[in-house]
Amino acid sequence: MASLAFSSTSASPVALRGRPNKLAIGVAQSGACHVSARGSDRKARLFITRAVAVEKKVSRFEDVAMAPPDPILGVSEAFRACTNESKLNLGVGAYRTEDLQPYVLNVVKKAEKLMLEKGENKEYLPIEGLAAFNKATAELLLGADNHSIQSQRVATVQGLSGTGSLRLAAAFINRYCPNSKVLISSPTWGNHKNIFNDAGVPWSEYRYYDPKTVGLDFEGMIADIKAAPSGSFILLHGCAHNPTGIDPTPEQWTQIADVLEEKGHTPFFDVAYQGFASGSLDEDAFSVRLFVERGFEVFVAQSYSKNLGLYSERIGAINVICSSSDVANRVKSQLKRLARPMYSNPPVHGARIVANVVGDPNLFSEWKAEMEEMAGRIKNVRKRLYDNLSQKDKSGKDWSFILRQIGMFSYTGLNTSQSENMTNKWHMYMTKDGRISLAGLSLAKCDYLADAIIDSYHNVN
Amino acid sequence: MAFRAMISSHATQQSKWVPSAGVARQMSSWFGHVEPAAKDPILGVTEAFLADPSPDKVNVGVGAYRDDNGKPVVLECVREAERRIAGNLNMEYLPMGGSSHMIEESLKLAYGEDSDFIKDKRIAAVQALSGTGACRLFADFQKRFLPDSQIYIPVPTWANHHNIWRDARVPQNTFHYYHAETKGLDFSSLMEDIKNAPNGSFFLLHACAHNPTGVDPSEEQWREISHLFKSKNHFPFFDMAYQGFASGDPERDAKAIRIFLDDGHLIGCAQSFAKNMGLYGQRAGCLSILCDNEMEAVAVKSQLQQLGRPMYSNPPVHGALIVSTILGDPELKKLWLQEVKGMADRIIGMRTTLRENLEKLGSPLSWEHITNQIGMFCYSGMSPEQVDRLTNEYHIYMTRNGRISMAGVTTGNVGYLANAIHEVTK
Repeated sequence: MASLAFSSTSASPVALRGRPNKLAIGVAQSGACHVSARGSDRKARLFITRAVAVEKKVSRFEDVAMAPPDPILGVSEAFRACTNESKLNLGVGAYRTEDLQPYVLNVVKKAEKLMLEKGENKEYLPIEGLAAFNKATAELLLGADNHSIQSQRVATVQGLSGTGSLRLAAAFINRYCPNSKVLISSPTWGNHKNIFNDAGVPWSEYRYYDPKTVGLDFEGMIADIKAAPSGSFILLHGCAHNPTGIDPTPEQWTQIADVLEEKGHTPFFDVAYQGFASGSLDEDAFSVRLFVERGFEVFVAQSYSKNLGLYSERIGAINVICSSSDVANRVKSQLKRLARPMYSNPPVHGARIVANVVGDPNLFSEWKAEMEEMAGRIKNVRKRLYDNLSQKDKSGKDWSFILRQIGMFSYTGLNTSQSENMTNKWHMYMTKDGRISLAGLSLAKCDYLADAIIDSYHNVN
Repeated sequence: MAFRAMISSHATQQSKWVPSAGVARQMSSWFGHVEPAAKDPILGVTEAFLADPSPDKVNVGVGAYRDDNGKPVVLECVREAERRIAGNLNMEYLPMGGSSHMIEESLKLAYGEDSDFIKDKRIAAVQALSGTGACRLFADFQKRFLPDSQIYIPVPTWANHHNIWRDARVPQNTFHYYHAETKGLDFSSLMEDIKNAPNGSFFLLHACAHNPTGVDPSEEQWREISHLFKSKNHFPFFDMAYQGFASGDPERDAKAIRIFLDDGHLIGCAQSFAKNMGLYGQRAGCLSILCDNEMEAVAVKSQLQQLGRPMYSNPPVHGALIVSTILGDPELKKLWLQEVKGMADRIIGMRTTLRENLEKLGSPLSWEHITNQIGMFCYSGMSPEQVDRLTNEYHIYMTRNGRISMAGVTTGNVGYLANAIHEVTK
């Protein structure tokens, strides 16, 4: 490692004790020598001729490149910077009210108030998280009377929302199924790849989105899953597929299960929108419960970011439904062992909120009502957008896919340039894959958005 | 074992689940080969303690502060902060790097209120999942950007340090630290190891209140260590989990870091608010890396965020809000400083009492180290067998390395504890 070197400058050797770095910066800024230059310039540095009280070290991290901006969160940043009045943020998937304001659920406020009054302590949770939360979350997912829960075959560990839960599962797969890969849908949530990459789990894609129909490429999906090596993990979105909003029908889910069974694959569900898609917790859990009923061992990552609006509290869970309680115990112990060197134990606040809401019958009912309202608003917005598009678009294009899609997002079918036109000309901020977040759309703005979409679709290539 | 073979044999054998008449048929599992993990040595102690029905039981295992009644404490300043933030803000995702207000306040605490490094924006810092998360982020960063580097870890250290760098796949070495004979610092061996390590090695240093020994270098010794680090061009990574908690004075507890900064080192630092603010379960912490200049700090921070994104996307908000509310308000900060001093003082008092009791009991051994050591932990020098006796015969729970969490010692149990220790060591 090269030791420090500065070219001799006119900077006087003032007493540097206690302020060595000021000199270094001063020298750099004066332009008398180019300290932070990379590559060949570095070799051109001369050594200090005057005694410097303290040497400043050359950083080891000088060659660290700037990471690219996150494609999704970057949209919000651009939106914030825009001054146009008509602007709309259709980027990140966080629910907004009709007034386009963030929304803290009433049940959450009530739960927090209860918690404040109770004044519970802030001791470490066990590595696996809050027991009351773990029990509630598994029951919510599978139904309290589900056989897998009754026979204690479900290993549940509280995780850092969906991301953290996925990461724990990925780390487990890397350690215990080192020859297996994961299949993810094309497209899928951007962070899925990052999670499996960083966990060292190889992945490949299965066809999912069909741009011709703006719907599901079911045949492609089945073919690709069939072609995967036996014993692969198939990452499935439980409901409200992100980013397309396109879900398989119940019949299609059954056929998907058939293929997984035939190939000995393991289903790995990402459930980030339970209750948020249709408005019903049970209905949205259909796909997961189907696979569990069929006798699969299943991984399920859950998130309460959207359905309880607890985004920043980072609350979720990883569930592994196993073939026996003995296996479940061992799997749980190893999930804990993976979590310990990541963050020791999970944050308590969000877990308590969920446990309080689900544990109180009144709050639970109220929550279901609020969830129906949120899902309802999104359905209404879809309808309005569809109506506006159908009325205004004289080309006869069929926009009904918007009604068939479900959940927070809609894949509009717009390509990159068209999406860019949405932003540059119409100040509609969205991701370049054509995805819009309906959670960020109000009834009042549907008209304008329809104009923007029609223009971008027909007039831009 | 050939997992493929196992998979294909399972694929043909796997029977469908048929829950019938309450009796379920076992089907073969993909995860049958998964062995049960060993209990975590530290957190396992609390589990065992909780399961013990004895009325005399004492938990001096995990490092969580207890008041003189043995009860967990939520600081007044924390309660007040929570009252202030309740219902005020939405729960939107924090930026990937976390709460900027919290980061700002954390840096001031570690680097100094008027630190030039902060003013010059040379510190790449992100909110992290307490100390564990901060160390893990750094380990992952080290692996990604300096893939040939290793980490030197003191012997002994907090057990999870080994897990963290191992799971980050950074090779580990150790350096001498604890001197069993004196129950103090093995300074000459420490310096020897620093000297013998290849130039430019990464070292994990406990900034204050070493865990598990409670043995810290003196100020003079820190200066010598820093000086030697300079000539070897080593990278100092500080784990500071007890700032304020060790001496009662956060400025004093940051002395080691300030010495290294003054000497021109570019350091890394993991901070935790679990103990000093009692925010254990909130997972509030900060990782910082001092860089050459602002541009580099921006790049490094962006990469730290990139590492956090596939681990948890963005960090939890609640603890961060508490930290920034307290540190950002002069009144609340003053209250916090009083409370943290109170906790440190109680522990120092218990150290004195425990030592006095042992001496009064006529113990043949020296117990000086109890008051020489600092912070939450005391490395008693007891053997695992002696610890087992403490647990089995006296229902006293602690880790088998002889580490006593002084935070769990109260005026109510110190006599019982001293007596038991005396019995197993005399």
